[in-house]
Amino acid sequence: MIIELTTEDYQKLLEDAQERFPTEACGLVAGLKEDDKIEVKAVYPMANLDESAEHFTLDPKEQFKVVKEIRTEGYQLIGNYHSHPATPARPSAEDKKLAYDQDALYFIFSLQDEPVLKAFEIEDHKEVTELKIELV
Amino acid sequence: MKIKVNGEEVEFETELTVSELLEKEDVEMPDMVSVELNGEILDRKDFATQVVEDGGQVEFLYFMGGGTGHELYRRTA
Repeated sequence: MIIELTTEDYQKLLEDAQERFPTEACGLVAGLKEDDKIEVKAVYPMANLDESAEHFTLDPKEQFKVVKEIRTEGYQLIGNYHSHPATPARPSAEDKKLAYDQDALYFIFSLQDEPVLKAFEIEDHKEVTELKIELV
Repeated sequence: MKIKVNGEEVEFETELTVSELLEKEDVEMPDMVSVELNGEILDRKDFATQVVEDGGQVEFLYFMGGGTGHELYRRTA
């Protein structure tokens, strides 16, 4: 399984992470799922209710609104993203503990050194699988 | 009766509560789900008693949060 991400959406994620630094940026990712690839079609920066450099929580009210927008566009909810302002691009213990949606992909943008974006599946709050992101 | 669940029409034989609906939708952790019924976000304590009527529109989504903190922290919606 490969994830296709446009350079425009990559840039949008990067700018969101950098502009909100040191607060964690977060939002939803939408696109189209096929058998062998996932095509990201849109990313939606959203409020971080925690306004924290170490945590994020999406606002359910905003989530409902964005999910309906995604549906109207004809896309599927692919997952969410958040930034790690000062730690690597891998799921933390908290990320795994709070990964309740088994169908979601979890994108993490690290700004620890050079910006690094990675995407993961998280199963049963412990099994982490990284998926390859291809910029198109 | 027919209701819409996350935008898709679903048919049930009888009316059902939100809790029953979440169970039928294979939601394993209803405590970590937010539910909107006919445009209004429900209080989680009402899931067991709130009935979804014919023509109802239900949206549900999982809590999404996380972070880099060393200690587990969670805001309960």
